[in-house]
Amino acid sequence: MTLVEMIWTSSAALLTLFTFSYLYKDNPFYKFAEHLVVGVSAGYFAIILYYGSFVPKVIDTIFKQGWWYYSIPAALGILMWTRFSKKFSWISRFSLAFYMGIAVGVSIPLTLQNYVLKHLVETTRPINFTSLNGIWQFLVVVFVFSTLTYFFFSREHKGAFGVSAKLGIGVLMIAFGAGFGLTVMGRVSLLAERVLFLKDYLVELKYFLYMLFKYGILL
Amino acid sequence: MGFYDRLMSLDRRWIYLFVAIAVVLPILLEEFGIPISIPPYVTPEAKSVYTFVHKLQPDDVLFLAIDYDPMAMAELHPVARAILRQCFKKDVRVIISALSQNGPGMAEQLISQTAKEYNKVNGIDYVYLGYKPYPGIVIMGMSQNFKLFFPKDYYGNPLESLPMMRKIRSIQDTKGVIDVAAGMVADYWINDGAGRYNYPLALAVTGVMAADYYPFLNSGQIFGLVSGMKGAAEYEYLAEKDGYMKKEDFIANRSMPIQTFAHVVVILFIVIGNIGYFMSKRKKV
Repeated sequence: MTLVEMIWTSSAALLTLFTFSYLYKDNPFYKFAEHLVVGVSAGYFAIILYYGSFVPKVIDTIFKQGWWYYSIPAALGILMWTRFSKKFSWISRFSLAFYMGIAVGVSIPLTLQNYVLKHLVETTRPINFTSLNGIWQFLVVVFVFSTLTYFFFSREHKGAFGVSAKLGIGVLMIAFGAGFGLTVMGRVSLLAERVLFLKDYLVELKYFLYMLFKYGILL
Repeated sequence: MGFYDRLMSLDRRWIYLFVAIAVVLPILLEEFGIPISIPPYVTPEAKSVYTFVHKLQPDDVLFLAIDYDPMAMAELHPVARAILRQCFKKDVRVIISALSQNGPGMAEQLISQTAKEYNKVNGIDYVYLGYKPYPGIVIMGMSQNFKLFFPKDYYGNPLESLPMMRKIRSIQDTKGVIDVAAGMVADYWINDGAGRYNYPLALAVTGVMAADYYPFLNSGQIFGLVSGMKGAAEYEYLAEKDGYMKKEDFIANRSMPIQTFAHVVVILFIVIGNIGYFMSKRKKV
């Protein structure tokens, strides 16, 4: 590891420790790390947007290639900035209307197809009881039905309907439990990666200092 | 205050301390020559993603979407790296995009490092397109024609100048898409990409997201699902068995002992917390 790499890795290790210090209590070191992340992310995104979108889609197209019709969406984009003025903020509604119209028009049929109809088709497929998959499919149908009954509020949850609604709550609890379990797994993964990073860093640091003091070499 | 009441009002920092001990313990054991190896149970949903890439032939083209930023790097980098290694080892060509706003630099680092290991060249063996905002629209655009949103690749080369892109017009000319995602981008791939243009799609998502995508697996809208670091460990395990990578290259599998120890502590605290809750409730009655 070169000196420059060691400096950068040491900064990363230090910032990791700053962030972990929040577990004890809030402190200025944590605040520094937090603000640094927010600042760096915002700055990085601004640059990426400018060079990845604004330059090729506005400057290059209009001024270099002479495609004047690109100035229409560019003007709509610039109009969005009027939201900062109380007097002229109404102008931004033209851009918003245009954007929302397209977004809603594109997304409604696709969302209905991919988030409702395809799942409905899969749930209402004929059940083959002779296989294990068929039994799972049957359970899916029962659980979907019971969960839907739980959200049916026009009738009191009593009798067979109440039993179904109670089963629905159970199904929801299992789903939340699975979500929580996966969340714990995800968070522990982040911790494990950081701990391994710190461990590897300490090994590198030990070797670096050894080389430095024994041979006076900066690799 | 009784024992159970004290248990219920336990300072959260004790829990952090126990988790920290559980996390450090496997590392210390390894240092003292007692390595803990936990072979992962391979789930069918992770295996189907692996098998899909395994069955690709040399010169086939895969679209790999790296849609996460450094905050999800710990969970998703291992699987993205394993997929790239598998593709490069098989001479499968890869087109890569990065539609997460803070991810393009990180993705470039991953791609260039892995490409260097296998002597792969940008434009011939892989193409890195980079980032464009509004993922839904970009995905729709790439499904029709890459040049609509990416007339140039990440490095500024015009797409038509890249030998690999001469016969490839859109994602529909590839064998399929594997989206390694943290956040909403996975939904855009399901809805605006595969849902509209009917190409095979698999997801590798963070642990937090995984539960939300199982219904899509069941309905056949995605053909595989790799869940968080555990899924990545499964993928690495399969890749190592078939010789795509070495055990020394494992990233996710290194974390598995730590993960297991931490999970045991969390489970213990959940059990203790519940005992405390019910016992203190019973006492009050």
